[in-house]
Amino acid sequence: MGSREEILARLRSAAVPARELPEARRFGERSADLRARFAQSLTDAGGRCVPLPSAEALPAALEQLAPYRDGRRIASLVPGVPRANVRVDEIADPHDLRDVDLAIVPGELGVAENGAVWFTDRGLRHRVLPWIAQHLALVVHAERLVNDMHEAYERIELGNGFGCFISGPSKTADIEQALVIGAHGPRSATVFLIG
Amino acid sequence: MSAHAERAALFLVDQPRSAWHDQAVWWVRQKRDRAASALPEWEELRDQASRIKAHALSRLADYLEEFERNATRWGARVHWARDAEEHNRIVHGILAERGVTRLVKSKSMLTEECHLNPYLIARGIEVIDTDLGERIVQLAKESPSHIVMPAIHKKKEEIGDLFHDKLGTPAGLSDPAKLTEAARAHLREKFLAAQAGLTGVNFAIAETGGVVVCTNEGNADLGASLPSLHVACMGVEKIVPRAKDLGVFLRLLARSATGQSVTAYTSHFHGPKPGGELHIVIVDHGRSKLLAREEFRRSLQCIRCGACMNTCPVYRRSGGHSYGVTVPGPIGSVLAPSVDPRKHAGLPFASSLCGSCTDVCPVKIDLHHQLLAWRSELSREGFAPRRKRLAAKIGALVLGSTWLYRLSGWLARRVVPRLPRALVYSRLNAWGRGRELPEMPRDSFRAQWRRRGQP
Repeated sequence: MGSREEILARLRSAAVPARELPEARRFGERSADLRARFAQSLTDAGGRCVPLPSAEALPAALEQLAPYRDGRRIASLVPGVPRANVRVDEIADPHDLRDVDLAIVPGELGVAENGAVWFTDRGLRHRVLPWIAQHLALVVHAERLVNDMHEAYERIELGNGFGCFISGPSKTADIEQALVIGAHGPRSATVFLIG
Repeated sequence: MSAHAERAALFLVDQPRSAWHDQAVWWVRQKRDRAASALPEWEELRDQASRIKAHALSRLADYLEEFERNATRWGARVHWARDAEEHNRIVHGILAERGVTRLVKSKSMLTEECHLNPYLIARGIEVIDTDLGERIVQLAKESPSHIVMPAIHKKKEEIGDLFHDKLGTPAGLSDPAKLTEAARAHLREKFLAAQAGLTGVNFAIAETGGVVVCTNEGNADLGASLPSLHVACMGVEKIVPRAKDLGVFLRLLARSATGQSVTAYTSHFHGPKPGGELHIVIVDHGRSKLLAREEFRRSLQCIRCGACMNTCPVYRRSGGHSYGVTVPGPIGSVLAPSVDPRKHAGLPFASSLCGSCTDVCPVKIDLHHQLLAWRSELSREGFAPRRKRLAAKIGALVLGSTWLYRLSGWLARRVVPRLPRALVYSRLNAWGRGRELPEMPRDSFRAQWRRRGQP
């Protein structure tokens, strides 16, 4: 008998009495002001939320962002970013993204309770982009905000590929629990919230 | 003394340091409390999480098959390992077949449990732990002392010395931000040079065939998505039935672990990256044995948040290394004896049975009841220390006989206070070590009760 069959047989022979799967449901209250709650949660997570009236306001808002203003290599998966100069899809080896100063990526959804943005690699060649870049900007539409993780999982589609809830910049507290921003991944995370 | 007690005594020699450790860990517990109390639905979430896990455990084989089917559909390769040895062999096989000599790892308690690192290193593979805390203990040639904060026992000055020695940072540097920056530069080189990345698994979704990995540093994502080869190792118990169940577990996990509302990155892997490979290794290593034991089954519900350690008065004061196992604290003391009862017989006694672990556990494992159940089982099997067995026997004898009970009460009240201090606090009395005995009352409880009963 192979390991697979043996393990499955052992688990079955444990004869655990049947326990019902509870119905999936959401818990907790709904927020009256999702934008404000999202911005606060993101701040708590070490990130920053910048509300914008419309997508047209993005280039001007980016000019206020130091990594955009001063960065040499900027990769954007969001169209209409004037200073984007790294074409991610034309790069064969993701290691060549090592000197990207700022990555600008679209987010499909924002979660008000924890400031997380759902990012996927749909149509993207190098899923490592948000982590290899020194700084990260995410663009999310405000109508795509949900209250909490329960609602988030009702909306997102899982399967074939990669998806990540990104909540703020990379961080660590492994040295005497002092919070340090910028462990391995992005040193800053800015979410542009549109609408 | 048990091995745990001996190592704890060593840890306690440096009193200011153990007090510092106690406070550092307690601070995390307080952060957890604030996060939990901010959610009015906290208890409902715990209840739901516990029920989902109990159900998943009751149909684990079915769910693992479903998971395998779906994961394979997305192009992942699923491997099965009966024990640590087979797990290590499989992982090495995957790496060796592809000529991998440089591996980056993110945190995985399972691979620690299996002692994968020394296995691979002995076979010529460079293994770099990339979680900062894990990298620190790896450079110091130690093991993690906590499952969430592996270097919680180390002071920043010691880490500064270590980095000076190993990474060439300036002597005397102890600023956490600067040390972290030095580690970032050092590890980025390792990420860029690695030919494969290995991660643990926080959750495996049966319904979709995906694995979910949570980190704050982003090291799992750099490790898994930069090289072409990603190996993910998981225990059989990591299964959740539905994607929606993650809404419950993710709301509980980070809040319980560090007081954050969610970790910085919650990554869902369904299949490899374009042109890459994803291998998932499913490991039993004693878990099926635990599953068959009704009284200990619930310990498999654990989501490895570490909250039971942070709240445990024994863990906080004795440090993670005193347990001598990969997973320390209350949950570790429940898991370890099932692997090796003789070696770890002392661990279920490393608890005051105060029940705080049970109270904070996000998946409602009845930890202190399980510790008690282990004590009686280990005593029955003859694994408990001789003195403990003797004390329990005497205790049973005294408590089982009215006159012996009264006599010993009388002795304690009348004779003990008159004995010379050197005798009462001698080596024979473990309860007199490091503390004063309470003042003996003049009368027995029975006498006091009789007096009260007559108004």
